[in-house]
Amino acid sequence: MTALVPFNFDIGSAASPSIKMPGVKTAEKRTALIEVQDVSKVFGDRSAEALTMLDAGEDRAAILARTGTAVGLNHVSFDVAEGEILVVMGLSGSGKSTMLRCLNRLIEPSSGTIRVRGADVTAMAPAALRDFRRHSFGMVFQHFALFPHRTILGNVEFGLEVQGMAKPARRDSAMRAIELVGLKGWDARYPSELSGGMKQRAGLARALAADAAVLLMDEAFSALDPLIRRDMQQELVELQRRLQKTIVFVSHDLDEAIALGGRIVLMKDGAIVQVGTAEAILAHPATPYVARFVEHIDVASVLKVGALLAAVPIVLRSQEDPAEAANRMEAAGCGNTLVVDAAGRLLGRTDIAALRRVPNGQGLERAVRSCARVAATASVKQALPVVAAEAEAVAVVDEDGRLLGTIDRVGIINALARRSANPEAAS
Amino acid sequence: MNWSVPRIPLDTWCDAALDWLTEALSGVTRAISHSVSDWIAELTTLLQAVPPPMIILAFGLLAWRVSGWRLSIGSMLGFAFLWNLRLWDPMVTTLVMVVLSTAASIAIGLPLGIVAALNARTWRVVAPCMDMAQTMPSFVYLIPAIPFFGLGPVSACFATVIFAMPPTIRLTALGILQVPGELTEAADAFGTTRWQKLVKVQLPLALPTIMAGINQTIMLSLSMVVIAAMIGAGGLGREVWSAIQRLEAGRGFQAGVAIAVLAIILDRITQQVSRRAQPR
Repeated sequence: MTALVPFNFDIGSAASPSIKMPGVKTAEKRTALIEVQDVSKVFGDRSAEALTMLDAGEDRAAILARTGTAVGLNHVSFDVAEGEILVVMGLSGSGKSTMLRCLNRLIEPSSGTIRVRGADVTAMAPAALRDFRRHSFGMVFQHFALFPHRTILGNVEFGLEVQGMAKPARRDSAMRAIELVGLKGWDARYPSELSGGMKQRAGLARALAADAAVLLMDEAFSALDPLIRRDMQQELVELQRRLQKTIVFVSHDLDEAIALGGRIVLMKDGAIVQVGTAEAILAHPATPYVARFVEHIDVASVLKVGALLAAVPIVLRSQEDPAEAANRMEAAGCGNTLVVDAAGRLLGRTDIAALRRVPNGQGLERAVRSCARVAATASVKQALPVVAAEAEAVAVVDEDGRLLGTIDRVGIINALARRSANPEAAS
Repeated sequence: MNWSVPRIPLDTWCDAALDWLTEALSGVTRAISHSVSDWIAELTTLLQAVPPPMIILAFGLLAWRVSGWRLSIGSMLGFAFLWNLRLWDPMVTTLVMVVLSTAASIAIGLPLGIVAALNARTWRVVAPCMDMAQTMPSFVYLIPAIPFFGLGPVSACFATVIFAMPPTIRLTALGILQVPGELTEAADAFGTTRWQKLVKVQLPLALPTIMAGINQTIMLSLSMVVIAAMIGAGGLGREVWSAIQRLEAGRGFQAGVAIAVLAIILDRITQQVSRRAQPR
């Protein structure tokens, strides 16, 4: 049986980074900008003792009871790829904000190393660290943290002023950043004159002004109204696409993580419980805790069609001989199948009878009829009407129209049932 | 009563310490005292030579700048009243001493307050000293001031500074410590040096509180300058003091009212300055 062989064009090279087969990490394909290795943080006087207990695998409660030391981070390791939005997620007290602050050492990690572009941040002397903070990180805070005694312009240019940039140059950069976030004309106002959403735009502009490669965002949109929050999320994604910033975004809101669309680092009690895309986490929660965490999410709108791909037993190429193709299909026992061109782009569907009818010497194209297709980046919810209307499995294509696989009703129903019936069972 | 525990000779110790200090330092302090007192006298004479209407107008303008016409007219009426009571010259003397004491208090208190805010150990040393300086009866400072600086306005200013400085220190430290942690964190995140953080974030945000401290210092200076009349400081305090000695109730009351009027004017003006420092 040659059943699975024909699927020979490469799924891994799929153009859109948001299509992910479970277990396939796109981060590995890009260079890691930030590497967090085995970072722990304990708060309290008897930190050495607490660290030893932590290494021995004791839990937070035991350490707190014995040493009076609170464990903030417990052996955390992850990478942030250049140009990605990584969402660090967890409930309050999970250590996500502590993790973020360890990246630029606003909080000093107790052990472990953090590298940014290969430079060991954890080993930096104060002057080097200051320089690093000035040029490599922009930070956005939950409650904006705008300086009330400075105008919006004064706030946005703060980082550049601290760098020692001359006034005209920093004015220019600051004005550009203000324009970028849509606050043009508000530069001479004071923060108290702005609404919450506008304040956070100013906060974002301040973080962008120094043109640092990394944006650290600490619950940046949590204090905003839901509608404004959604707008800001979209705009951030838009901005990121344009500026190619690497963003580490701390959030307690799974919907926000999904809206931002990147990978998610899920934390609990100071440790990472799972790393992956929203789809991957939904499809394969690592622990019952994760399953409970993602329980209320509308799976159909999160799950991308690309995550549910089924392989096509036989794919025909347009240049094949029709009679031979018909023979192959007969041998494999399938009545109809999909046809692609030389570049792997989907042309349509054909069946044995149609192939047999093609006159001798004519190409296979004559037997091809058009068929329904959905984009791999579409959510299951979007694909449902198409799939429901088709008798056969629906072809899934990438942005260039290349065939990636198929999706059918059974696959969708299985995926949804797996998620909503009993989350515990899913792990 | 039959004491089995011997008395701690605190008074003798203090005397011994003071004697030693006087011997070691009085040469220097006396010299300083001479030049400073000359300086005070000259400044006072100079200001007394300026026609009162000009000074009244100057205060009126200042009040108008920091607040508005209401305070401006109030201040001018107040000063005119003092002038009318024929208390202009003593008032100028008092004003000069208050301004000098306040300036000295700020010059010492502000840096001390900043250091105390940024360094917990300094705070632990400074705090009890301030408590002592403020709760000790203010007359007590007058006694040791004399051997160092002699009778006169310099001793008065010295005692005044010790008595009036604590609010400046305390409220400077408080103002800096009250800057929201979020904002200092933001400053850190953008890579500020300690100095940049202090100058660009902490001090501007602490300014209203610091100004409130300075306002308190001015008020305390004024009250102390009056007490310091006992060791030869001139001004409105001397009016009160001699009225007490001669049991002239009317004259004493008149000088008391004059002090109150001056205090209210200074207080309102500095309060307005403090309010204007408030970030929007």
